[in-house]
Amino acid sequence: MSRRVVMTATMWLLTTRRIWLSFFMLLIFLVLANQVELKAYDTPNDDGSSITLNWPEDTLYNNYTIFRAVDPEGEFEKVGEIADRTSYVDTNVAGGQDYYYQIEAHGADVAQSSGVVGPVRAVSHIFNTSRINIAVCIIVLFAAIIYYIRRARRGEALYIRKIPGITAMEEAIGRATEMGKPVLYVPGIMDIDEPETIASMSILGRVAEKTAEYGTPLYVPTSKAMVMSMAQQVVKEAAIRVGRPDWFNIDNVRYLTDDQFGYVSAVDGIMVREKPATNFYLGKFYAESLILAETGFSTGAIQIAGTALPDQLPFFVAACDYTLIGEELYAASAYLSQEPVQLGSLKGQDVGKLIFVIVVILGVLDRIIGFDVMYNLFSTAQQ
Amino acid sequence: MKQTLPLIIVFAFGFFVIIAFFIPLGAFQSASQTFETWYTGVLAFFVFIGIFNIVKVNANKIQRRLSDWQYSIILLLFLILMMGAGFIGGPEGGLFNYLFEHMQIPLGATMFSLLAFFVASAAFRAFRARTPEATLLLIAAVIVMIGRVPIGYYIWRGFPGVVEWIMNVPNTAAKRGILFGADLGLISMALRVLLGIERSYMGRGGE
Repeated sequence: MSRRVVMTATMWLLTTRRIWLSFFMLLIFLVLANQVELKAYDTPNDDGSSITLNWPEDTLYNNYTIFRAVDPEGEFEKVGEIADRTSYVDTNVAGGQDYYYQIEAHGADVAQSSGVVGPVRAVSHIFNTSRINIAVCIIVLFAAIIYYIRRARRGEALYIRKIPGITAMEEAIGRATEMGKPVLYVPGIMDIDEPETIASMSILGRVAEKTAEYGTPLYVPTSKAMVMSMAQQVVKEAAIRVGRPDWFNIDNVRYLTDDQFGYVSAVDGIMVREKPATNFYLGKFYAESLILAETGFSTGAIQIAGTALPDQLPFFVAACDYTLIGEELYAASAYLSQEPVQLGSLKGQDVGKLIFVIVVILGVLDRIIGFDVMYNLFSTAQQ
Repeated sequence: MKQTLPLIIVFAFGFFVIIAFFIPLGAFQSASQTFETWYTGVLAFFVFIGIFNIVKVNANKIQRRLSDWQYSIILLLFLILMMGAGFIGGPEGGLFNYLFEHMQIPLGATMFSLLAFFVASAAFRAFRARTPEATLLLIAAVIVMIGRVPIGYYIWRGFPGVVEWIMNVPNTAAKRGILFGADLGLISMALRVLLGIERSYMGRGGE
């Protein structure tokens, strides 16, 4: 901005033939034009622990030294040095203190300083405004779910679309019972902090109820000790719930190993030796998904899989009889329960999804037409 | 109380972490990080529970001479050997490293290599043109397979470009659609868990 003001003044002086003054102004312009234009500001949406500096890219320079002072007339101390970047975040600042900054740009044969900028003060923010769109999405979805849960609580019959993979679960357990063979339940290879594993534990509760009711052995080999503890509790309580506490065998819900392929070989061993009639693979899987599913296929088991990872879904689709794709994994427990309140939450989830699909379509149209209203609204998440 | 207390803990901590995601204040962030540290501490404790379970299950199997009990002896022997080597020589110790590099890594690699054969057998079943959708899948798969290998380029120079388009446009669109649905399902499940509607993960689904 300052360069533009000096340039405008110089042009005006030249037109009014004030030559000496014009020459002086031109000198000032040349000095300003060579300076690095530095901006310093409080980092937005942080806890008041940093100040951000940035400056325009210049092909002449590739190394920058950052200096800071608490007094513009005082001594500047070096706070950082960076290369090939045009921004710097100073995280070593005290809240409530004014700071002044200056940078030195170095190139192959040239060096140039910026002017001193400041005062800048790091301020603590109460709400992260760059995440406001995420908050809106969550509120919309929560509102839709709570609305349908309340409708379900009032006793309204809600239509929920059929999910073949989930409806086949009972059939698959029944098949194992008829054949007199066990059911194998693999809850993925990740720990209990993964949402897929929590979803898997919820489904395990329903599967355990059915297997306990039919008196069919259920094997749950786990790759994490914490998952084992949780699975033992889930299966035990499911057995108690259906009045079959004697059915529960704690050794059937066991820990194998944390090692990915060690776990796969152990589960494959169970499949080959015990020949379960039904295999469930529900949770988070990586490269082991196809090894498990193909071994299960070779033993002739009916297989139902489910994961939210798109990269593993094709393997399950190719090798299993039914696959729960993405959201269906999270919906399965609620769907199996057939409780009105849980079904209400599924209806709310579907309606929420419809709202977001409409928003996505509007966003695509908005981008094609070039209004960019939706794009700007949602691009704050990128900050 | 046995049912209510866990639900209160889930509700309080779950909503706190959600709120901390939107509030950048230092106190919220440090509390959120503290909870994560607690989780790491609990995880370390579960290593012992895991070892205890392995020993208990396999010792029981040997004692009762259940089917394939001989494998349990090998498993327990190597568990003791590996642990002993680790305790005596440390993780950089000679025997521990030898066992790790010359037994565990090759065994893991052997299992992983099975994937190549399983991909072929699964692809053989999946790529049968029984329905229009399966036919489309077959055509796309053949193009991608040919386009990904050097000979595809020599057959027709346009193959790599077509493959890039398949991977970047229809494939990415489908993946994002799945992720989009999965994330909404995840939020929905999180709400059910936080509100105590979904309790089967606690073993109390029917209540």
